[in-house]
Amino acid sequence: MNTIFYIAAAVALISTGLAITGRNAIHALLFLIVSLLAISIIFYILGAPFIAALEIIIYAGAVMVLFIFVIMMLNVGMERETENRWLRPRMWIVPVILSFILLIDFIMMMKGMPHHAISGRIIPPKQVGISLFSTYLLGAEIAGMLLLAGIVGAYHLGRQKKKVIHRFLQNEDDEINNTIQ
Amino acid sequence: MVTIPVEIQLLFAALLFLMGLIGLLVRRNVIFILMSIEIMFNSAGMVFVIAGSYWAQVDGQVMFIFMLTVTAAEVSVGLALILQMFHHFKTLDADKLSNLKDTN
Amino acid sequence: MTILLALIPIMPLLGFLILACCGSRMSKQMIAFTGAVSVGISVLITLITGLAFLVTPPAGNVVVVNLWQWFSTGGLALSIVFRLDALSLVFIFVITFIGFLIHVYSIDFMAGDEGYARFFAYMNLFVGSMLILVLADNLLLLYLGWEGVGLCSYLLIGFWYREPVNGYAARKAFIITRIGDTAMIIGIFLLFVHFHTLDIQLLMQQASSEWGNGSPLATWAALLLLGGALGKSAQLPLQTWLPDAMAGPSPVSALIHAATMVTAGVYLIARTHVLFELAPAIQTAVAAIGALTLLLAGFSALAQHDLKRVLAYSTISQIGYMFLALGVGAWSAGIFHFMVHAFFKALLFLAGGAVIFALNEEHDIFKMGGLRKKLPVIFWTFLIGSSSLAALPLITAGFYSKDQILWFAWSAGNGNPWLWAAGLLGAFITSMYTFRLVFLVFFGDMVTMPEHHPGRLMLIPMIILAFFSLIAGFIELPESMGHVQWFSKLLDPVLPAVNTAHGRIPESFFQLVAGTISLSGIYLAYRFYLKQPYLTSSFNESRISKFLYKGWGFDRVYDLLFVNPLVWFAVRNKNDFIDLFTSALARAAFYGNYLLSITQNGRIRWYVMAFVIGIVFMLTIFINL
Repeated sequence: MNTIFYIAAAVALISTGLAITGRNAIHALLFLIVSLLAISIIFYILGAPFIAALEIIIYAGAVMVLFIFVIMMLNVGMERETENRWLRPRMWIVPVILSFILLIDFIMMMKGMPHHAISGRIIPPKQVGISLFSTYLLGAEIAGMLLLAGIVGAYHLGRQKKKVIHRFLQNEDDEINNTIQ
Repeated sequence: MVTIPVEIQLLFAALLFLMGLIGLLVRRNVIFILMSIEIMFNSAGMVFVIAGSYWAQVDGQVMFIFMLTVTAAEVSVGLALILQMFHHFKTLDADKLSNLKDTN
Repeated sequence: MTILLALIPIMPLLGFLILACCGSRMSKQMIAFTGAVSVGISVLITLITGLAFLVTPPAGNVVVVNLWQWFSTGGLALSIVFRLDALSLVFIFVITFIGFLIHVYSIDFMAGDEGYARFFAYMNLFVGSMLILVLADNLLLLYLGWEGVGLCSYLLIGFWYREPVNGYAARKAFIITRIGDTAMIIGIFLLFVHFHTLDIQLLMQQASSEWGNGSPLATWAALLLLGGALGKSAQLPLQTWLPDAMAGPSPVSALIHAATMVTAGVYLIARTHVLFELAPAIQTAVAAIGALTLLLAGFSALAQHDLKRVLAYSTISQIGYMFLALGVGAWSAGIFHFMVHAFFKALLFLAGGAVIFALNEEHDIFKMGGLRKKLPVIFWTFLIGSSSLAALPLITAGFYSKDQILWFAWSAGNGNPWLWAAGLLGAFITSMYTFRLVFLVFFGDMVTMPEHHPGRLMLIPMIILAFFSLIAGFIELPESMGHVQWFSKLLDPVLPAVNTAHGRIPESFFQLVAGTISLSGIYLAYRFYLKQPYLTSSFNESRISKFLYKGWGFDRVYDLLFVNPLVWFAVRNKNDFIDLFTSALARAAFYGNYLLSITQNGRIRWYVMAFVIGIVFMLTIFINL
């Protein structure tokens, strides 16, 4: 079991690294999906099968697909030159240094922790469900309302007013469309 | 039985978080920025699950579910905003969104 | 009595306050009423207190009113104390009476001006300050009045401030009198350091007991006070401001630069006469300066074209006479001439102003002529004033006062034949330029037609002043003509009597000479300017005329010596280095603003980077704590 964990962790790290350094948006998203699959394996090893399933269904299956739909709709996936221009190696220096500092902070924090091994007891979905609807009922309702707000906001923000232009004014169509609404 | 030390797991989650952070700082394309934010959310949730598994309690997983909800809402709204931005500015460059700058 | 005395300066100051605060909201009649009535009340009170003073003289011939304590610090305790004795009585009579007449005149003269309330406010402030000056019992209160009149002079010369020329004239007057004021305040410091008091009577007593005749300290004190007097009275070498001060309105010239402010120097010297008697060198200098000034100004007046400038130089010259009198020790004669001069000079300025007003702001006398038929009242009053100025024998007041000065210049203890000769020559020149003015303006062919005729409010003060120019001399008649000595007897307790060395030549001889001189001056003016004007046309174009016109070149000398170096230095120092410190501070602030505003560039990634840096800091610090 341990080796599976380490292999999955390595896959996750490598594919996340490829995702954030990818030039092509679609490819980067696909790498990210691979990473999410690896992470769900890790969740399973840790004894959270329900979460592992949820990770694949919602995260990899809905959120990432939404991303891919938007990229396809906007039709911007194939611009390699812009990405190459924007991503020069020297842009990476400062963020990497900062993250390195944070990493060292994190390691030093962990030195002070007591050493226990993980128990790895499996927590079945039934328990999750019971806890969700008894202890955390209020949180579940609020989460529902949050999703409602998300739906309404997404619909409203994504709307575009269609302008009906008389055919005599068709040449100025482009200028009007270019102005900020 | 799984005998991976918890520090290694937390270290793994931290590495994922930091990679998301680097991606957020470096990339200029808005879609990639959102994607990096997703990576960071995911790794934060993973820490919850690790903690829940450590203490053998169910609360960690419940937290992850809530976090997943938040992520979904946030992604949908964020992508709608990206659509609007694309229609106005015709580009996905995050640096073009600088109308709030100090005009000196 | 005492509270009435305090009201004399307070009424005009009250008028000033009212006009300054509410003047813009008052109607023209209200403004004129406030301005004139405040001085009018002062006149009434002056007459009442004066009569009371003369009929029942108070103890010691002096009334002292202690109002309140001004301050008491560092060994110096000063109170607001007013002192009425014969000398200040003469002065307040002249100031309030002539001031009131001039206020009435300016109700009509300044009627069309938009700064009506401002004018009366300044005039009231001036009268109040001058009254404080002459009523003050300690030197610092006198200096307060001194500065007050200097300020009002600046404000009133530059009254029509929209013309830059008037501003320059006002500035010049202020700066030159400031030089005198600085000398005076140093003199006051000197006196204070020695005697630890500034009360005038105490100072005079202690000075006469401690400082011997001719002591260096007394000389320095007298010299410094003389410097102040020279500045205010426009004598050599500080006389250049008075001709330019004619840029102000005519009532201003009449009040300030003829009757009152320029005589403040005379008052100062008369008040501190003890010091001058202790420093005979300075007293001789006073007489010499007076003699030189009267000659210099008299010659300059011969070559002027502007009506008011002739009168200005005439004022300088007549004050030279007063200084001459004070210098030879004829104290009361000097004050007598002050009083008479105030009457006729104010009259001349008012009448001249009326002429200028009638001719629609025409100042050049060569463009005037033949006005005696058209402006009869002005003509007759102007003629009376000029006769008094020229000391027409027997009928005018000017004859008696000027003649007295000439007599004492010869016969007094400090007298000197040279001084008498200078005074005599000055009298000749005076009558010549005065009647040159009269003939050029009122006789001959008319060049400019009068367009406005002055109203009653302008004519009545002139008539009153003309009346006084004639009769005011009769209170002091010389020995040979009735020996009336009312005036000198009045001033006897205050000013010492002149000690005459009776010579062999009787006084009547001198009177005859003086009378002849003034008549011959009038005749020559008649010949040169009326009968045969072609005789003087070459003079008018000559170089010497231009030299005299410019006041003997004093302005140019001062420009070269003082003004140009200062201006050169100021231009060099335009971005002066002291400014660098303060502007460096401002520039550093701007630079900091620029740096910080770069960080506000609206880019998301910058802001996220800032977050991350902050998080790194905080985590590092919190972990290591």
